[in-house]
Amino acid sequence: MAISRRKFLGWFGGGLSATAVSAAGTAMAGGNHHFKGHPDTMGVLHDISRCIGCRKCEEACNRVNELPKPEKPFDDLSVLDKKRRTHASLYTVVNRFEVDSKPVFVKKQCNHCMEPACASACFVRAFQKTPNGPVVYDESVCVGCRYCMIACPFNIPAYEYDDALSPAVTKCTLCAPRIQKGQLPGCVESCPKEALIFGNRKQLIKIARERINTHPDRYIDHIYGEHEMGGTSWLYISDVAFSKIDMREDLGTTSAPQLTSGPLAAVPIVVGLWPVLLTGIYAISQRKDKVAAEEQAEAVASAKAAADEEMKKQIAGVKKLAAKEKEAAIKKEVKKALEAVAKEAEEKNAEASEKKEE
Amino acid sequence: METIFYTLQDFLTHSKGITYLIMGGILVFMPLYWLFLTDRDEKKETY
Amino acid sequence: MEQTSRISLRPLITPFNMILGAIIALGCIITILRFTGGLAAVTHLDDNNPWGIWIGFDLLCGVALAAGGYTTSAACYVFGLKRFHSAVRPAILTAFLGYALVVLALHYDVGRPWRLPFPIFWQQGTTSLLFEVGLCVFLYLSVLFIEFTPAAFEWLGFSKIRAFIVKLTLVLTILGVILSTLHQSSLGALYTIVPSKLHPLWYSAYLPVYFFVSSIFAGLSMVIFEGSLAHKYLHHKMDDTHLKETHGVVLGFGKSASFIMVGYVAIKIIGLSVDNNWHYLFTDYGAWFLIELIGFVALPSFVYAIGVREKNIRLIQWTSIWTVLGIVLNRFNVSLIAFNWQLSSAERYFPGWMEIAISLFIVAIGIVAYRLATNFLPILHEHPDYQAH
Repeated sequence: MAISRRKFLGWFGGGLSATAVSAAGTAMAGGNHHFKGHPDTMGVLHDISRCIGCRKCEEACNRVNELPKPEKPFDDLSVLDKKRRTHASLYTVVNRFEVDSKPVFVKKQCNHCMEPACASACFVRAFQKTPNGPVVYDESVCVGCRYCMIACPFNIPAYEYDDALSPAVTKCTLCAPRIQKGQLPGCVESCPKEALIFGNRKQLIKIARERINTHPDRYIDHIYGEHEMGGTSWLYISDVAFSKIDMREDLGTTSAPQLTSGPLAAVPIVVGLWPVLLTGIYAISQRKDKVAAEEQAEAVASAKAAADEEMKKQIAGVKKLAAKEKEAAIKKEVKKALEAVAKEAEEKNAEASEKKEE
Repeated sequence: METIFYTLQDFLTHSKGITYLIMGGILVFMPLYWLFLTDRDEKKETY
Repeated sequence: MEQTSRISLRPLITPFNMILGAIIALGCIITILRFTGGLAAVTHLDDNNPWGIWIGFDLLCGVALAAGGYTTSAACYVFGLKRFHSAVRPAILTAFLGYALVVLALHYDVGRPWRLPFPIFWQQGTTSLLFEVGLCVFLYLSVLFIEFTPAAFEWLGFSKIRAFIVKLTLVLTILGVILSTLHQSSLGALYTIVPSKLHPLWYSAYLPVYFFVSSIFAGLSMVIFEGSLAHKYLHHKMDDTHLKETHGVVLGFGKSASFIMVGYVAIKIIGLSVDNNWHYLFTDYGAWFLIELIGFVALPSFVYAIGVREKNIRLIQWTSIWTVLGIVLNRFNVSLIAFNWQLSSAERYFPGWMEIAISLFIVAIGIVAYRLATNFLPILHEHPDYQAH
């Protein structure tokens, strides 16, 4: 009874939130909103087929952002022997891959997504996609929860784990202050092979498309970053398959805000409906207890009444019996008395007749 | 609200912010409404 | 009926207490290392694995296992099942200590713990499920604290304020269920943002529902388990009501848990079907998934049922431990084992001994606090001067 009620509610609640989750997930966060990003978003096109792995971009990045110098200098290409990822104070890395026994070089850094997962995940709004393009990080509010690092599908943000008192998240800034002044990002400016072009994202996509169409034998027919995770400001074209150069092709096109919009949408529904459901259960169980108590009281009362009735009947019966017995006794006594009187009279008669004969 | 939202992230930041405030309001309003609804019920004995 | 609210005269220098003391002392030393050397000095966290056991165990398991507070108080006050009343105060105490310790654990994990109030009071990241978790945990900890105070006020003799708070019981209980639903599910929802990093058998749009539903039977099982421990070691603090109601609590909670677990298995299977993930079951991770679902949810659910049918209290109590382990396994799977499953083994995370030591340190503090509370406060017995509410 009560157990199944709880079960029902467990199901109901579960079903409700599941419905809310799945419904909201497909409906683009309520309604049919479609977001195209800031119209003047800038970006960078990285032509992987042109990269020679000289690491000048890494050096420029380090210089422009005034980062600490690394152990091995930037012209030490033995560093490319091992695959690296971004790290604290290492905003970008160039990696070398062997594909079909040819070396391929790829630059990796924050992709400045159109719908950044880090911005969606951050619970203090420390990340923001600026209209210009860069996704910027505000260290002054960062609590250091590192959910942004969990969320980033490209595994870009790094953390200053060695710092006990003021650790920060680190990543490429797309040289936001520089491009604000009309300069190029450090890496783009330093690339000797024009493997990096900076410009309006829509234009860059056109350029990339044109390059692919002009040299179809040279390029893989895909602009990486055009739609991945909802689109990124950093775009890539390549002469080898992306999956062979550590660029995941299974990320899908759904952005992070889109992925979490379902669960987020279910939250206020719980707040709106749970008070009604729970107070309702409370009221019903109170009412049920009250009715049960009343029924019990009634049952007790009617049982008592029946017992009283029974008792009354018995008493009446006993009374009747007593009255009968009394009557019989009286009758008996009367009879006795009459008999006694008759006997006496007879005796007197006999006496009188005896006297007469004398 | 005339601001255009260019990204889903901006839209959600705005809409969720308002939603959280409404949630707080609901949590305050509900018990008050319940008291209003049950004001004239037979009083349950409390010892 | 004699009740002692004084500390018992048993000697405090027991082997168990010495171990607790050692863990706490070690924890204090590691605390200093953590805040002088940073996370690198104490953990095996890195850029690919930013969350370790302080999130996987202390936060995720801690919150799931403290769910006995809202489930027990809902059973007693919302569903009106008064026969569970004696289980409420111990459950609320556990929940309050549990959530307080989760917040303590977070102070170790986040880079700048003094900024923990920021997301609520300074700049709100309302698109974040972690904001949702933080806000609800903060509010719920406050609710739990208030629900806990009547026991303390009875001990202190503040009857007026105690009476006032007792009047709020129903509202606090309902608010507690709402907040618990929200944060239990949002902890699962945290992982909905990374379909590319969480193995498909564990990734689902239903993650919030899974975490919420499993928190219910996690809480019920913890109440059974802790009750059995309390019976063994704190028997002298229990009054007749508590002792009399115990079997009813074990049977009732075992029955509910069993049924809810069947529902959970059902929606897990639905999750497989909806995403057409059957083929993953034939992989190594698939075997591990089945061990978790069948071995640690379906089977204990069935054994709970046997225990309920046979009225076998012992069996239900052992099964509660089994179920709790299943919950821990699930939370570990989602956060540590099935997470980053695609990374090479050299890149995977394994906790450092100091991380484990801090987790144990936090559990040890919880045990000490629980024992102090049940020793001095009317938790396992009713205070003679006050009527049960």
